[in-house]
Amino acid sequence: MENKVIEVENAIIRFAGDSGDGMQITGSQFSDTSALLGNDVNTFPDYPSEIRAPEGTLYGVSAYQIHFGSKKTNTPGDEIDVLVAMNASSLKVNLKRVKKGGIIIANSSGFKDKNLKLAHYETNPLEDGSLKDYQLFAIDINQLVRDILADFDLPIKTKDRTKNIFALGFTYWLFDRPLEPTINWIQKKFSKDPLIMEANLKVLKEGYKFGAMRQDMIVRYHVKPANLTPGIYRNITGNNAVALGLVVAAAKAKLPLFLGSYPITPATEILHHISSYKPYGIKHMQMEDEIGGITSAIGAAYGGALAATSTSGPGLSLKVEALGLAVMLELPLIVIDVQRAGPSTGLPTKPEQSDLFIALWGRHGEAPLPVIAARSSNHCFDMTYEAARIALKYMTPVILLTDGYLAQGSEAWKIPTLDELPELTTNLIFDKEDFAPYKRNPETLARPWAIPGIKGLEHRIGGLEKEDITGLVSHDPLNHQKMCELRAAKIAKIADDIPLAYVDGDATGDLLIISWGSTYGAIRNALEIIRSKGLKVSHCHIDYINPLPKNLGTIINSFKRILLPEMNLGQMKLYLQSQFMKPIIGLHKVQGNTFTAKEIQEKIEELLNVKVGE
Amino acid sequence: MTTIIDNLVSQKYTEIPQYTPKDFKANIDVRWCAGCGGYSILNQVQRIMPDLGIPKEKIAFVSGIGCSSRFPYYMDVYGLHGIHGRALAIASGLKAARPDLSVWIATGDGDCMSIGGNHFIHACRRNVNINVIMFNNEIYSLTKGQFSPTSRFGQKTKSSPYGVIDNPFNPTSLALGSGASFVARGIDKDVSHMKYLFERAARHQGFSFVEIYTNCVIFNDGVFEDFSRKETKREKTITLEHGKPLIFGDKNNKGIILDGYVPKVVNIDEGPYSVNDIIVHNEKDTTLAFILSNMTYNDELPRPLGVIQAIEGPTYEELMEEQIEHARSKAKSTSIDDLLKGDDYWEIK
Repeated sequence: MENKVIEVENAIIRFAGDSGDGMQITGSQFSDTSALLGNDVNTFPDYPSEIRAPEGTLYGVSAYQIHFGSKKTNTPGDEIDVLVAMNASSLKVNLKRVKKGGIIIANSSGFKDKNLKLAHYETNPLEDGSLKDYQLFAIDINQLVRDILADFDLPIKTKDRTKNIFALGFTYWLFDRPLEPTINWIQKKFSKDPLIMEANLKVLKEGYKFGAMRQDMIVRYHVKPANLTPGIYRNITGNNAVALGLVVAAAKAKLPLFLGSYPITPATEILHHISSYKPYGIKHMQMEDEIGGITSAIGAAYGGALAATSTSGPGLSLKVEALGLAVMLELPLIVIDVQRAGPSTGLPTKPEQSDLFIALWGRHGEAPLPVIAARSSNHCFDMTYEAARIALKYMTPVILLTDGYLAQGSEAWKIPTLDELPELTTNLIFDKEDFAPYKRNPETLARPWAIPGIKGLEHRIGGLEKEDITGLVSHDPLNHQKMCELRAAKIAKIADDIPLAYVDGDATGDLLIISWGSTYGAIRNALEIIRSKGLKVSHCHIDYINPLPKNLGTIINSFKRILLPEMNLGQMKLYLQSQFMKPIIGLHKVQGNTFTAKEIQEKIEELLNVKVGE
Repeated sequence: MTTIIDNLVSQKYTEIPQYTPKDFKANIDVRWCAGCGGYSILNQVQRIMPDLGIPKEKIAFVSGIGCSSRFPYYMDVYGLHGIHGRALAIASGLKAARPDLSVWIATGDGDCMSIGGNHFIHACRRNVNINVIMFNNEIYSLTKGQFSPTSRFGQKTKSSPYGVIDNPFNPTSLALGSGASFVARGIDKDVSHMKYLFERAARHQGFSFVEIYTNCVIFNDGVFEDFSRKETKREKTITLEHGKPLIFGDKNNKGIILDGYVPKVVNIDEGPYSVNDIIVHNEKDTTLAFILSNMTYNDELPRPLGVIQAIEGPTYEELMEEQIEHARSKAKSTSIDDLLKGDDYWEIK
């Protein structure tokens, strides 16, 4: 029978299995291959906070989701078209995400009595008819790979470990993807172990063939390349984008880069990436704790480095005192907070947007500082660069908010070159003329950055209040008020130096959606659906949180109603209401995962059907 | 990657100005209490500075919080007065970023051993080439008289009216146990010895920890008198000197022997012991260093002062620079544009 190939715009596939089943590798291979084909790609790995949770359990399920398409994907996607489930638990955990009528490829050897019990299934879902609403392909992958590798002198366990590669080969057939990128990857990865390499290559090819041979597989899918701007691309996670943003900013500012950090989920990869950049002269210290992370960075900034510290919520809590010092010292410093669900230890691997308040206000005393946020994985690069620009130009610590979803998720990124990025300026001074430690640049109110080593500029700074201009310790009441106001004015002035907020859609109207951070993608996808129905909704996304864009008040007052979806219980809502005295409708989700486009869409539809005043 | 501060960092000095101690005095009134031990520490630090052969602009003092931590304001070099307990982490970052600087830390027993204890032990083991002077007055002074991690067991203070029930740290043992390469102890009233210790610390390549018993005239006055007053000093303290036998006492007639690993005091003028039985100090003997340091709170033994340990080893910032050089020499490319591209990139035409 001839297979039918159906053209689809976008598709979502999710590989799910045990923590040790290699789902992350399988998923990233599928994603890389799709990106090479020119699809727009957005991915999200979803794994438990345990390293290797007990085998076969519900809480040990690890998954990797890929949204790929011929149009902008924006998010890793809501409803899954194809679920690959390597065992019973991975089906149980993920079934609710699968689209009705979608494809389930299940490894039936992962549905034995023991697996079913661990997944709390009374009967085998592959056999009891409960999956009748889906296209189910139950395949005994373990047996197949053992047969395929019958001639290989390898232990059974090793043969079984190729089952993810079989599944990958099979999905390549299903979506009409070439095997070459993964063949190259296998050859490189197992170059020191030819037998394992051959086994994986064979299983990959047989997995592909298996699809072609099956009589019941009548439909294949084809996803055309996206219409992407010409250029050089790569896949990038938010954390990698932050690390590269730091390197590039230092290079453009011609400063040494220093990262002081302490491992914390989901920010740790920033430290990993930076620590591997030694050939570029980059210095990092893995300190004894979060406080050491930020204070070592303050020391490096004092010495003339572009200094940064990377962390997540619990770490930011520990850094707040040192942030106050950085505000007082008026030194450039970049703090990257990869937000995760709190409070306390919370849900360490799950994203949230609930660190907004601590970023804005989590310091004692009057200690304003700029807060900005990234909206997508590759936007993390742009905003890191922007954090560096602001920190260096205004001599201030800057907090960049990303979250676990952006940090771990990846998307295609058009790689910039060093030359095309804007220049960065610093307040470094090298001569004595008229020097005073707190004599400010009248335009930016930034103080000079006089680093040790310059003859004649020896001076002392510290956390005690300083006299205006001279920087000498001062307890004078009026001076303190003046300094508090100067520090606040300096940060407020940054509003003149950031882009105005942009309204997508009509400039005035009934309903405006305001968003910040990683909810951007889901909102874009929701708006596309809403607008295709002829409904009018405008959208304004905020990247700059403190100070806010100067035109935001005008924008907010140009709409009757404002909807603000955020992954917290209303932090941005409270902030904007306090700034603009305008009631805002919140949509709050704190479930350890992001909004789906559908959830946003439903809220918008609810609001549009029930008009105010009726 | 070349940077705009490269010249500053690598600047070679053909001639260093002839400084006097006065050149290191900041134009500001010192605000410690009259009689505070801090004054003598400050004087000795200012006295050694001209002889270090380091240009003033290459010296930075970092501190945390406490009476001791006002120190940077009084030195006419670069200075950073930080936050409570964090001086060592700030200084470590500064030194890692700027190995060309001579970095000093002024800290106290609370700042260094209590709120900053974690940074202290890790700075010790990292062997960052920085010099720590810890003013140990065995009390919290700036908060007006609470017990500190070095206050004595049973001591009555404002926050221990019934007596301290915590055991004190022995700072030199803590430093040794944490892997500090240079560990020394002095006392504020022995200024020439203190000056010697500061010079040694400055010359030591690696992490230097100098504990100075510092009298707090207001909240813990005379706390060190039991062993340090003139009449008893020679009987109750011993000054360690590399290569010399551990002899002390009014008449220089007592010495320390080792009975197994246990140090004991013997007379060398009455037999059966002679000077030949007395252990000889060796700054490079890390086992002996522990034994000597642990004599500190033993009333039957003299309290050790001087350089307890001085061992050589690569410094943190040297290792960091070496890693960078090594990685650079092995790298296929050091172009940032190549880094941005990574290994798996593709072109859309």
